[in-house]
Amino acid sequence: MNLTLRVWRQKNAQDKGRMEKYEAHDISPDMSFLEMLDVVNEDLIKKGIDPIHFDHDCREGICGACSLVIDGIPHGKEHATTTCELRMRHFKDGDTITVEPFRAKAFPVIKDLMVDRSALDRIIQAGGFVSVNTGGAPDANAIPIFKDDAETAMDAAACIGCGACVAACKNASAMLFVSAKVGHLVNLPQGKVEARERVGKMVAQMDAEGFGNCSNYLECEAVCPKEISVKFISKMNRERMKAAVKM
Amino acid sequence: MKLDSKIPSGPLAEKWDKHRFEMKLVNPANKRKYSAIVVGSGLAGASAAASMAELGYNVSCFCFQDSPRRAHSIGAQGGINAAKNYQNDGDSVYRLFFDTIKGGDFRSREANTYRLAQVSVDIIDQCAAQGVPFAREYGGTLANRSFGGALVSRTFYARGQTGQQLLLGAYSALSRQIAAGKVKMFPRTEMLDLVLIDGHAKGIVVRDLVTGKISSHAADAVVLATGGYGRVFDLSTMGLGCNVTAVYKAYKKGALFANPCYTQIHPTCIPHTGEYQSKLTLMSESLRNDGRIWVPKNKDDKRPPNEIPEEERDYYLERKYPSYGNLAPRDISSRSAKEVCDEGRGVGKSGYSVYLDFADAINRLGKEVIEQRYGNLFDMYHLITDEDPYQVPMRIYPATHYTMGGLWVDYNLESNIPGLFVIGEANFSDHGANRLGASALMQGLADGYFILPYTIGDYFGRVGAQNVSSDREEFHQVEEAVTAQTKKLLSINGKRTVDSFHKALGEIMWEYVGMARNETGLKKALEMIPALREEFWRDVRVLGESNEMNNPLEKAGRVADFLEFAELFAVDALHREESCGAHFREEYQTKEGEAVRNDKKFAYVAAWEYKGIGNKPELHKEELEFESVELATRSYK
Repeated sequence: MNLTLRVWRQKNAQDKGRMEKYEAHDISPDMSFLEMLDVVNEDLIKKGIDPIHFDHDCREGICGACSLVIDGIPHGKEHATTTCELRMRHFKDGDTITVEPFRAKAFPVIKDLMVDRSALDRIIQAGGFVSVNTGGAPDANAIPIFKDDAETAMDAAACIGCGACVAACKNASAMLFVSAKVGHLVNLPQGKVEARERVGKMVAQMDAEGFGNCSNYLECEAVCPKEISVKFISKMNRERMKAAVKM
Repeated sequence: MKLDSKIPSGPLAEKWDKHRFEMKLVNPANKRKYSAIVVGSGLAGASAAASMAELGYNVSCFCFQDSPRRAHSIGAQGGINAAKNYQNDGDSVYRLFFDTIKGGDFRSREANTYRLAQVSVDIIDQCAAQGVPFAREYGGTLANRSFGGALVSRTFYARGQTGQQLLLGAYSALSRQIAAGKVKMFPRTEMLDLVLIDGHAKGIVVRDLVTGKISSHAADAVVLATGGYGRVFDLSTMGLGCNVTAVYKAYKKGALFANPCYTQIHPTCIPHTGEYQSKLTLMSESLRNDGRIWVPKNKDDKRPPNEIPEEERDYYLERKYPSYGNLAPRDISSRSAKEVCDEGRGVGKSGYSVYLDFADAINRLGKEVIEQRYGNLFDMYHLITDEDPYQVPMRIYPATHYTMGGLWVDYNLESNIPGLFVIGEANFSDHGANRLGASALMQGLADGYFILPYTIGDYFGRVGAQNVSSDREEFHQVEEAVTAQTKKLLSINGKRTVDSFHKALGEIMWEYVGMARNETGLKKALEMIPALREEFWRDVRVLGESNEMNNPLEKAGRVADFLEFAELFAVDALHREESCGAHFREEYQTKEGEAVRNDKKFAYVAAWEYKGIGNKPELHKEELEFESVELATRSYK
């Protein structure tokens, strides 16, 4: 099939940026969205045009590097799918597709569709860990963990840190991302010890990075490629209350 | 050059203890006087950086990804082995050691492999303490599954995302040390060369991928944790950024490259569909626990799988290897798949795939159980192929996956260049000619958490803190060379794209240096690779500038290194006149098509020394001595 792309081009952080139009020819329905962009880029290079820059690595939906807002939706309209897993069979011959970077104050554009998401790393650095040094851990079976708790922790831990939740939110809030880490650790006995301190520090860092507040639009859950539930946001709010009361 | 593996004397089970006692220690108060550079932030790199920082060393950690959490360890699905014997099924440290040596077709070092099995149990404890959400039984204890090449259940897992969860555990430990100021993290920064001072590794030269700035970083030691080189085949299960550059540059600076031809072809990947394809997606080997692999008995049988009756199906692994069946090791499973496809019995449009069928398991256990075990893998398969594996059998085919070869290291994980340590997939040390499933995660974390932090201290204790400045002439010279290469790549302005060269190289490698190799093909590859390399340097087109984010420029540098490295790879494959593990030479097989090893001539590690581009590298041999295990022909029948 043949498609028309409208793509955000921006040389660097200082550049104003603009939309450009490109044609994509002979696209196979089995291609991934990024493979389609690869084909377009090969063509651009042959024409002497700087190829479109975008983040990507594993191309199997787990590293969280790929992003892109496709026709207005982070990772495109397919449910529970990262851009790298999105197949062209979901588009029709002759379609015009608009491709933009994830947009948020805390995610400045680096080039074209690439943004700086290091703010998410700094939120984890603020407290998204169990303070345990290497060595001296008790036997892994010494602390039994209720199977359902382990499963719930895993549901939250599945977050790939792509930032789609932020890009989808009107307020550019990172609540789903933060609550996924809080929810992962608070469901395990190992993470409970520092639960009170952790939630406060992570939320404070989220605010400092310029992410907005949560006003329950739930767009984050709708676009999350790993289907992280907003129930973790409620859970996190309870944790914050608990921390406030006990302090 | 005499290769000294520095294996401690004494009984196998006591070597590591004895060595830990004999190694030099650095006084806790003096640790902050030492600095280390860690390149790579995957399981090995992140765990090493975090553990060294916890001890008090000053660490700088570099990765080309935008965040350390995106290193390709994250792609590992199935699990991590450990000799916990929680299942009471007869596992032990010795059994894990033995399975690993046997799985590696008796081409790995006994002492290293034994140590790996020893520390495996600590890894699980450490990860559980970090909050890794391993799968659990109803009683709250840890669950296990089986993997290829083993008759016990010793694989720990977190759904089909074990690599992700272990990496996020290591990343959380790393993040904690970054916040504490003990690790300085450099994301989106690529190592482009190693710097030696008086023969010791004392720093690196890097390119900031956002600004294009070339800069130097000095330290008391350099640790490479840069992963495997599977992308020399272009199409592989690796992330698209994975590359050989860091280790290859170290090789050009004098580090020996060991066993480059030992490259694992993973049996269960989603088959290739078209020219445009950028990667092959792995389906975890754990699927072989419940899936049955088959092809039609007759050639060119084009009926849909559900219409082929039971008696006309060939469950070839179960037939050929009744005791291991669908859990035969990776190299054997991959080659068997190629065999049946070459016979014309392959399925799918291309005829290059085989069925992995869950119908029996779904009947026996119910859809719900299968969903719980493999749900995310089934979903991924469905997304990519548009076929529902709950309804029709999956189609799979082998693809390049893990590289057992890597820089040569001694028992301390130190290369022949003093102060240059190599850990995880980037070294050659533990898996011999074939790695067992669920052992890569184990090795990465063993090296990073429990081995390197000790052995690097011994090096510091021996040489003392040097406070090398990155202002020294040695750094300037390397910076100039790196800048010159960048300029050259941008100035060629030819006709062909970097990706087209990478594809062409991949085709040569897959055709002649792939799953089955022979002398004629390897010699052909050795003519084609230098010709392609020459064309690259004459006709490649790299647009843009050096002082900006420039993807094609990054890729060009990596492909340039692959184009040299591929030749070393083929030289090694040609010289090893035997079949062992993942290295299958067609000339050396039995009538039934089983690999024939030659222990008299080839029971050694082939460590190659760089002798200039296009010149034959010099071979150094480390003879493998087996004190504890008797060399035997592998049998999984």
